[in-house]
Amino acid sequence: MSGFQKLLDIDRRWIFLAIAIAVVVPFFKPLGLPVVVTEPVRNLYEAVDELQPNSQPLLLASDYAPSTSPELEPMSLAILRHCMSRDVNVAVMTLHPAGFGLAQRAIGQVAAEYEAVYGEDYVFLGFQPGVSAPILGLGVAITNIFPEDAYGTPLSDIPMMEGIRNYDDIPLVITLAGWSAAEAWVYYAYQPYGQRVGAGVTAVMATDYYPYLDTGQLVGLLGGMRGAAEYEVLVEREGKGVLGMDSQSVIHLFIIVLIILGNVAYFMTRKSRRLAAQGKE
Amino acid sequence: MSATLIWTTIGAILTLCVYSFLYKDNPFYKFAEHLVVGVSAGYYLVIYYFNFVQPRVVNPVFLLRYGGDPIQFAGFEWWMALIPGILGLMLYARFFPKIAWVGRWPLGIYVGGYAGLGLSPVMQARVFQQMEANALPLTSITNVLLIVGLIGTLTYFFFSMKHRGILGGLARIGIVFIMVGFGASFGYTVMSRISLLIGRVNFLLVDWLHLL
Repeated sequence: MSGFQKLLDIDRRWIFLAIAIAVVVPFFKPLGLPVVVTEPVRNLYEAVDELQPNSQPLLLASDYAPSTSPELEPMSLAILRHCMSRDVNVAVMTLHPAGFGLAQRAIGQVAAEYEAVYGEDYVFLGFQPGVSAPILGLGVAITNIFPEDAYGTPLSDIPMMEGIRNYDDIPLVITLAGWSAAEAWVYYAYQPYGQRVGAGVTAVMATDYYPYLDTGQLVGLLGGMRGAAEYEVLVEREGKGVLGMDSQSVIHLFIIVLIILGNVAYFMTRKSRRLAAQGKE
Repeated sequence: MSATLIWTTIGAILTLCVYSFLYKDNPFYKFAEHLVVGVSAGYYLVIYYFNFVQPRVVNPVFLLRYGGDPIQFAGFEWWMALIPGILGLMLYARFFPKIAWVGRWPLGIYVGGYAGLGLSPVMQARVFQQMEANALPLTSITNVLLIVGLIGTLTYFFFSMKHRGILGGLARIGIVFIMVGFGASFGYTVMSRISLLIGRVNFLLVDWLHLL
């Protein structure tokens, strides 16, 4: 058996092991590769940066579940830090049932860091099922969709929500979603109401969302862990996004090498396989 | 031992149980898999009930306060809670073969309602505005590439004529652009999957073992 054939027949568990090592090593020996900020991320950062302190809130839709939190939670933390460092009010909600606890954890963590006061600097509206109905409903009246916050306090009793009726009083919505909810915000908030929408999505979904940037339907876009890392660089507070980028780069290089090796081995053994097939006939 | 450490340790052990599948299928993996399904079902049930069913259906129907003013018996809000509540219950008729047809009514309302809500905004967002964005002057290489890619890709999906001559050439150009699109999607998919692994490694090394 040739060396190329051995390469093609390699037990895939060796590749799993190599990938595990390639992920772990950069955690202990960081390479410090630069994270270059791309235009869609910078646009979203600038849209948040334009928000007025202690005024109309940013609506952050934490529409993600634990399965996508490694990519989306760093985005959530970075955006919340950006807002709270500038005293921009934030209203957090979720359209995903599993997003309830994650949103609560993220906002609780960042609020503690900046000593933000619940009801004055931020509010957690909780979870609403459905997608199109709640997003459209928020354009009519927020209290129709969230009469109370997540802890049972009527919105009318929350100082931060005073005078905040619908999208007219929300300068920006950011959705962080690992499913089609991000698209739904474009359909049902931007299209009928002209609401400014930004999105953070998983890397798998990112290519589907670039068309919405060109048309202005999204003000900015964070794609996967890379997008989170870029936002962390902009807010000058490195978190899990930047921490994971070295591993990400090493793995990408490793996969490129595997693809090249696999193709070379395939073409080099093609002739012998063809001859073997003819011999069988 | 603090509660956080206990729960983090349980999470870490379950993570290792799931990754043990990469070596081969085993009872630890099966245990973790079944646990996820069971816990998720219970969690979703509680979240849906306390965040929606109770405040939106049970409380208004039984005249308990939710948010603003108290609900009036037989008032608009009372009916708006009762009718969808009954329609929701009707969905469960499918579990009883003799009256399974009853479940089709709320399903019809549900599908019709969502189709009606979505038709205009989705067409606007996905078709009209995208067409508008592609009506570009051919004054830059980017614009030319975009238009050529668009025409080529649309031609590839035009099946009413044989792909020969000019049509065939355009379709071949379309294939090139489609492949580039697939390549970009695949690259992003790899990035996404690796991010999940990095997230778990981060959890094990930083949150659990505090090695960094």
